[in-house]
Amino acid sequence: MSFSVSLRHHFPPIQMDIAFEVPSPGVTAVFGPSGAGKSTIINAAAGLLRPDSCRIVVDGKVLADTCSGVWLAPERRRVGLVFQDSRLFPHMSVATNLRFGMRRVAPGAIRFDEIVELLGIGPLLERRPNTLSGGERQRVAIGRALLAQPHLLLMDEPLANLDSARKAEILPFLMRLKTALHLPVVYVTHSLDEVAGLADSLVLIEAGSVVGFGLVSEVASRADLPLARRDDAGGLLLCRVEEHDAARGLTRLQGGGVELLVPLLDLPVGSGCRARIPAREVILAGRPPEAISLHNIVAGTVRRIAKDEVRRSVIVEIGLPSGGLLSRVTADAVVRLGLSPGKPVLALIKSTSIEVLGLQERGTSGTR
Amino acid sequence: MTLLSPEEWQAVWLTLAVAARAVGFGLPVAVLSAWVLTRYRFPGRAVLNALVHLPMVLPPVVTGWLLLIVFGVRGPVGSLLQDWFGIRLVFTTAGASLACAVMTFPIMVRSVRLSLESIDRGLEQAARTLGAGWLDRLVNVTLPLASPGILVGGVVGYATCLGEFGAVITFAANIPGQTQTLPLAIYAALQVPGGEAKAAELSMVSLLLALVGLLLSEWIGKRLSSVLGR
Repeated sequence: MSFSVSLRHHFPPIQMDIAFEVPSPGVTAVFGPSGAGKSTIINAAAGLLRPDSCRIVVDGKVLADTCSGVWLAPERRRVGLVFQDSRLFPHMSVATNLRFGMRRVAPGAIRFDEIVELLGIGPLLERRPNTLSGGERQRVAIGRALLAQPHLLLMDEPLANLDSARKAEILPFLMRLKTALHLPVVYVTHSLDEVAGLADSLVLIEAGSVVGFGLVSEVASRADLPLARRDDAGGLLLCRVEEHDAARGLTRLQGGGVELLVPLLDLPVGSGCRARIPAREVILAGRPPEAISLHNIVAGTVRRIAKDEVRRSVIVEIGLPSGGLLSRVTADAVVRLGLSPGKPVLALIKSTSIEVLGLQERGTSGTR
Repeated sequence: MTLLSPEEWQAVWLTLAVAARAVGFGLPVAVLSAWVLTRYRFPGRAVLNALVHLPMVLPPVVTGWLLLIVFGVRGPVGSLLQDWFGIRLVFTTAGASLACAVMTFPIMVRSVRLSLESIDRGLEQAARTLGAGWLDRLVNVTLPLASPGILVGGVVGYATCLGEFGAVITFAANIPGQTQTLPLAIYAALQVPGGEAKAAELSMVSLLLALVGLLLSEWIGKRLSSVLGR
């Protein structure tokens, strides 16, 4: 099962030529700067925009194929779309909005009560959209799209119009949805936080073409991609909570083939989470240092070294048994340590600098 | 209003009935035209647009004369109506309604169009992705959202119908009890020596009706906008 898209479209000054295939179910983040063509992919998949040529297939069903002249109308695609601006119907109550798509399809696996519960919108059902906050509107919009029993869910920067407090409020709902649903989700964003928290796969887009594509943990730790040159760049490890040591106030995580110690988490043992390790917080060493406050000394191999001319620094990609890390150091440090691809190296990571993204037991926001 | 004679009452009721019929038949067509004009780009759109607005700029007498040509007993449409359905429009109450409908058509189309254009097209797109076909979208999204403009168009159109003169007198003539609406009755009264008092009474009724119509349209517009959550 998969979702695949290939499309060509000319909109001056950009010539788009994009193709990727992602496994289903799973969340695929389409990440890139404004004007890179992210929304074109979404609109073509939904059928709202007809590209010069394209082929879009969801779980074996051809939605569009310009070569053989297949073009399903948006209303016949069963593709849910969550817009940046909610687009709730102002003349209907929240409940009527939620049921709009539901009433137009045969009953499916996604149930009304379940969605209302998952998104926490029970108290809003009788209200009108214009009385809701931005975050509430967006939750209703997500519910409305899901209740139409889509075979594919598209989200076009669903959190872009919200302030950071509202974003933090919605993100856990999205994480919960992700685990509860079994359908492919394409999530367009230009926020790395959302990518780190939600995405399984990552498609990097720049000026109309795919510049990087793969599992999120792989793409995030590639030193040669533009993502690595961002200030908030960093490796992303998919982890499992191994044990809590309440006496020391630490939690042990297992991920990427290594162990990490982080400040005590609220997550249950055995649950999955993601550890984001900012490149600027990772120190490289040739030998293990002694008498140091540091908890995490991770052995890896240098995979790539990329120069960042703008910040006069160097990004070192460190390969771990699975996945990898990024470290931003000076060119001088690379010379002093004699780093080159293939050489073993130690990555020193402060436990407090590791950002853990995961779902807490019940409804509250993810631990930072 | 005991001042009004039975004939005058007849003119008032006739006016109200003629206007009601004009709006009843004219408004749906106006909504359809406005919808086509705002939503679709097609060859001949400019011509349709001009045709819709023509009665607004043409002298009403010319509109009435054109109606005579087309819907007259020997006209291309009029003769068909006569042969197939036995319907005669010229010099009848139905004809007066038709003349009123044609004259107020541009006003109704403009009002509906304004409110159609103010609808966020994104809402229709959202409805599409939720599985709503074109008719479904029109009935459940577009028309409810345009309803303030449609209702205001209807009320203003109705009020304007009450005052229609040139086209009505040309096409339907001035037959008391059949086509003699308020303005025609006022005109007729003024033609008769000593008819000023009667004309004044009828004019007051006319003024009152117009005022009520305008106030009503204002109120409806406001009321619906708040119901629609804008």
